[in-house]
Amino acid sequence: MYPPELKYTKDHEWIRIEGTTGAVGITNFAQQQLGDVVYVELPEVGAPLTAGQPFGTIESVKAVSELFAPVSGEVTEVNADLKNHPEQVNSRPHDTWMIRVRLSNPGEAASLLDSTAYQSLTGE
Amino acid sequence: MTDSADIPLKKTSLHAAHVALGARMVPFAGWHMPVEYSGISAEHLTVRSAAGLFDVSHMGEIEIAGKDALAAVQHLTSNDASKLQVNQAQYSALMTPKGAFVDDLLVYRFAPNHFLLVVNASNIDKDYAWIAEHAGQAGDVAVVNSSDRYALIALQGPKARHILQSLTGIELSGIKYYWFAHGEIAGVRGTVSRTGYTGEDGFEVFVAPNMARRVWDAILEAGPSDGVVPCGLGARDTLRLEAAMRLYGNDIDDTTSVLEADLGWIVGWNKSEFIGHDMLRRQKAAGVKRRLVGFAMIDRAIARHGHVVMRENEQVGHVTSGTQTPFLKKAIGMAYVPAHMADTGTEFEIDIRGRRARAIVVAMPFYKRPKT
Repeated sequence: MYPPELKYTKDHEWIRIEGTTGAVGITNFAQQQLGDVVYVELPEVGAPLTAGQPFGTIESVKAVSELFAPVSGEVTEVNADLKNHPEQVNSRPHDTWMIRVRLSNPGEAASLLDSTAYQSLTGE
Repeated sequence: MTDSADIPLKKTSLHAAHVALGARMVPFAGWHMPVEYSGISAEHLTVRSAAGLFDVSHMGEIEIAGKDALAAVQHLTSNDASKLQVNQAQYSALMTPKGAFVDDLLVYRFAPNHFLLVVNASNIDKDYAWIAEHAGQAGDVAVVNSSDRYALIALQGPKARHILQSLTGIELSGIKYYWFAHGEIAGVRGTVSRTGYTGEDGFEVFVAPNMARRVWDAILEAGPSDGVVPCGLGARDTLRLEAAMRLYGNDIDDTTSVLEADLGWIVGWNKSEFIGHDMLRRQKAAGVKRRLVGFAMIDRAIARHGHVVMRENEQVGHVTSGTQTPFLKKAIGMAYVPAHMADTGTEFEIDIRGRRARAIVVAMPFYKRPKT
C-alpha cells in the first residue's frame, strides 16, 4: 500500500530521496482525510526548509492543513502543475510531488519512517 | 463545534443507515452527523445535476398553538405570519430587542392557530426558552418543543420531484415553493414541504423518527436510475453557500442585525409591533453602518470564516463564510464590510494567514438554478 522506496513522516508527508536530493508529497491517508484538494500553497524556489517546520498549506473544501518539511534543506523546484490541477494529489498521492529539495543534512533521513512503520501509524 | 466530554452525542433515527453507507461521522451541535459519504464535491455536484438525500433530523421543531398563536408568532418573529395561509411557510427570524438574530428559521402554518417553527439544531434549547418566555405576552398560547417527535429528510435536486413522486400519492407538482402538504410517503404518514437549503428544487419530509429509516431507504431505492446519493453536512454547507443562504453562527448571530445581514425582506414592516422593531425602524431610517456582501476572490487564494477584510491597510470587516465551491469552482464567500463598500464591483483585500489577497463584491446569490 505504501511504496517501500519512500520515507514518511508522522504528519503524513512522504519523501523520495536520491542521494542528496528528494521529492516531497503527501500520503494516501492524508488525501483521504483532507477530501477533495482545491488549492496547494507552495514556497518559492530557493526557500529554506527546516525538518518538522511548515513549508506550505494544502486546502480542501472544508479545511486548511499545513505541510511539514520531512527534511532540512532548500527548495530547488516547485510543481507548477498543482496550481491548475490540485486534484492530482487525491488521485495519485504517491506520484504527485509538490516540491523538490536539496538536503542540507542527509543524515536526517534515518529518523524518517519506512513504509511498514508508516502503515502501522495510520492503523490501516 | 466541540462537545463536552461528559455529554454523549445524540444520534438521529437514521444513524445506523449512515454508518451502513460508510459515512464519515462528526460531532455537530451535540449530534453524531454524517459529514460526507462519497466525498463533499461529488455529493455537491450530484445535488446540482440529479438529487441528494440529507438527514437533517437534528434540526428543531417548536410548536406554538392556541387562540393567540398568531399574535405570539407576530410578536416573536420578524416576518409577517398573517400573510401565511394554512399549508404555507415563510423564512423568518427570532430577533433580540436590538433586531439581531436569536435564530433564523422557517415558520409553517399548520392550522389557523397552530404554527410549527423549524429552527437550527445548535439553537433548539435557546430558542425554546426564548419563545416560552415571550409568547405568553401575546395571550393564550401553548409552546411545545416537539423536536424529538420529528425526523426530517431533505431530498434536493432537479430529479427530486420525480423520485419522490413515485413514493407518494401527494401531487407534488401542486405544491408551490414554500408550501407544504400532508399525506403518505413510502406508506408513512408525514408532511412534505417544498423547501430546502441548497438552491435547488426539492422537498423536506417530516415523519415520525421510528418511521424515518423506512422512508430514507425507500427514497434511495427509488432513486438509482435518477442518480440519487446520500449527502452529508459538508455538501450541505457548500451548496447553501453557492445559494447565498445564511448560516447561523457564521453569517448571522446575536451581534448582527437583520438589516446588516441584508435580510430586510424578511421583516414585516407593516406589523404593529414585534421584538426588535424599534431598533430596526431606526436602523432602516439611519442606514446600516455595515452590510453582509457576497464576494469572489480575484487573486488565487481561498478566504475562510474569520479572515479579516482590509482596505488601505485598515481592518474594516471580516469574512463570515468562504471556500472554493465544487459547482462554481470559484473561491467565494460572504463578509461584513462598511456600508460604503457594499456595492458590487467594490474591491478589497483579505488577510489570509498573513498574505493579502484581492477580492471583489459580487451580487448574491452566486448560483441560481436554471428555470425549468
